[in-house]
Amino acid sequence: MATRVNNTGRVYVWEIPVRLTHWINVASIIVLSFTGYYIGNPYVQVSSREAYGPYFMGNMRFIHILFAYIFVASLVLRTYWAFFGGNQWVSWRALIPFVTAEGRGKLKHAVQYYLFLRREPPTVLGHNALAGFTYAIIVFLYFLQTLTGFALYAQSNPGGFWWALTGWVFLIVDSQFVRLVHHLIMWLLIAFAIHHVYSAFLVDVEEANGLMSSIFSGWKFICPGDEEAFESPGEASES
Amino acid sequence: MPNEAGGLRETLAQRGVSRRDFLKFCSAMTAVLALPPRYMPRVVEALETATRPPLLWLEYQDCAGNTESLLRASKPTVAELILDVLSLDYHETVMAPAGHQAEKSLMDTVEAYKGQYLVVVEGSIPTKDGGIYCTIGGHTALDLVQEIGGNAAAIITVGTCAAYGGIPAAAPNPTDAVGVRDVVKGVPIINLPGCPMNVQNLTAVIVHYLTFGAWPATDQLGRPLFAYGSRIHDDCERRAHFDAGQFVEEWGDEGHRKGWCLYKMGCKGPETFHNCPIVRWNDGTSWPVGAGHGCVGCSEPAFWDTMSPFYRRLPSVPGFGVEATADKVGLGIVAGVAGAFALHGVASAVRAKARPLNKTKVEVEEE
Repeated sequence: MATRVNNTGRVYVWEIPVRLTHWINVASIIVLSFTGYYIGNPYVQVSSREAYGPYFMGNMRFIHILFAYIFVASLVLRTYWAFFGGNQWVSWRALIPFVTAEGRGKLKHAVQYYLFLRREPPTVLGHNALAGFTYAIIVFLYFLQTLTGFALYAQSNPGGFWWALTGWVFLIVDSQFVRLVHHLIMWLLIAFAIHHVYSAFLVDVEEANGLMSSIFSGWKFICPGDEEAFESPGEASES
Repeated sequence: MPNEAGGLRETLAQRGVSRRDFLKFCSAMTAVLALPPRYMPRVVEALETATRPPLLWLEYQDCAGNTESLLRASKPTVAELILDVLSLDYHETVMAPAGHQAEKSLMDTVEAYKGQYLVVVEGSIPTKDGGIYCTIGGHTALDLVQEIGGNAAAIITVGTCAAYGGIPAAAPNPTDAVGVRDVVKGVPIINLPGCPMNVQNLTAVIVHYLTFGAWPATDQLGRPLFAYGSRIHDDCERRAHFDAGQFVEEWGDEGHRKGWCLYKMGCKGPETFHNCPIVRWNDGTSWPVGAGHGCVGCSEPAFWDTMSPFYRRLPSVPGFGVEATADKVGLGIVAGVAGAFALHGVASAVRAKARPLNKTKVEVEEE
């Protein structure tokens, strides 16, 4: 895929499926966290009328499950895009920078930058090596969260579709442990979100490359003449 | 007197059970097995005429709670007679013989009806140190269950101990107790976990066998689907309050008096597969959630370790002490991350002032 660089030094980095799934994930994680926390610990006092009136937990669970499906659809699309069709910056290869010596070097650079041991931020157009590796962990957490969530959902209909896919989970671990994992991953993802927004802000300020707006527009900036320095973490750019 | 001819009809008549009561029992069993009503005549016919295999009731590491459950019927029901009459060549708690005679009659049945008799096992099997922690007549439970159970037509485990090890297998499991399925292979095993099992389900399993000559369909843990095919939560009479969002907040509060959902009091109904809400206990009088106490998940494997704390929704987080809930630990992680990055942000701002990057200043002179 040809890289689009225009004459003001703008590069088209994040294609539409990447930006779309990013924002669907943001919305899903926010909705799933709020509804999920309520389902685990129903803190809202509802009317004490007869139970045929209020349906608060029922609605919360409906929204939670609806957004679970939306989230999974988004993950499927993003996974497809990472393997087929996406450009070099959104490839699955960005998740495993440590497999090449060059990637390990970049990983070290990024760690040193964040620990104040090195002044210049890593020069990349996509994810820096440390970010890529962090996303590998996040992808794994997404997978675990989806698996545990649908396994718990499947318990309402043993023998159904989701049970057929996830029933084996309960032969390995008990259902309370599955719940515990599902709760803890929510907190880990919230912690990640704090880190994610902070680091994007930091790099945006330090590099002045339009990183924050790039997830809306898709374009990042490089200084004219610097194109050579911005090879992708995986394959060489095909521009 | 196993395999007496003539089926149940005469026996029941002798015991003073009317035909009307017998038919009521048969329709109840058809319902428990979740069979369509048209199967009821088949159940009646089978129970009237089937030759009944001998049944041996073996007790190992247990509290005799399942025997209690069996004997607890307030009046001599047809169910009790079925189990009583068709069965029980050997039951340590209720049989008349004792000592070597009892053991001999047990072994006689095993010899004479090899591959035909049924075995009910109550209690877990200790395996540590060669199984010496439970011995009967000089033989370990392990040897006995493998020999007697291994030659049976099928084994029905009653109670969570016999099915999965239960309370004797709870941490630290000093005797390495296990359920029957872990030590006996090659024989159909029907698990009826519960603490204790519900005698209705035991009767229904046997009725199913007598009617169809086959064992009921089971789930991945060997439990019959008719009794363990849905969660307590999904059949609960308090479910409407769950969906509404009406929860008991503490014992004796307004919600508790009104019969609201016990979810926040740690009820494990959403974790537990059993037909308690439908079949109930003590002749259908009540059941734990009906009586105002949450389910403790007693019919799930390892419930003593995994369902506790019984009065909380979730287990404690391993390694963080008993008071650490997932939400407390999670909130701590989030706070820690937020704090760490706030500090990092301050440090970065200071650095940007002290050692600015060249790049950000490049084109300024162009104006």
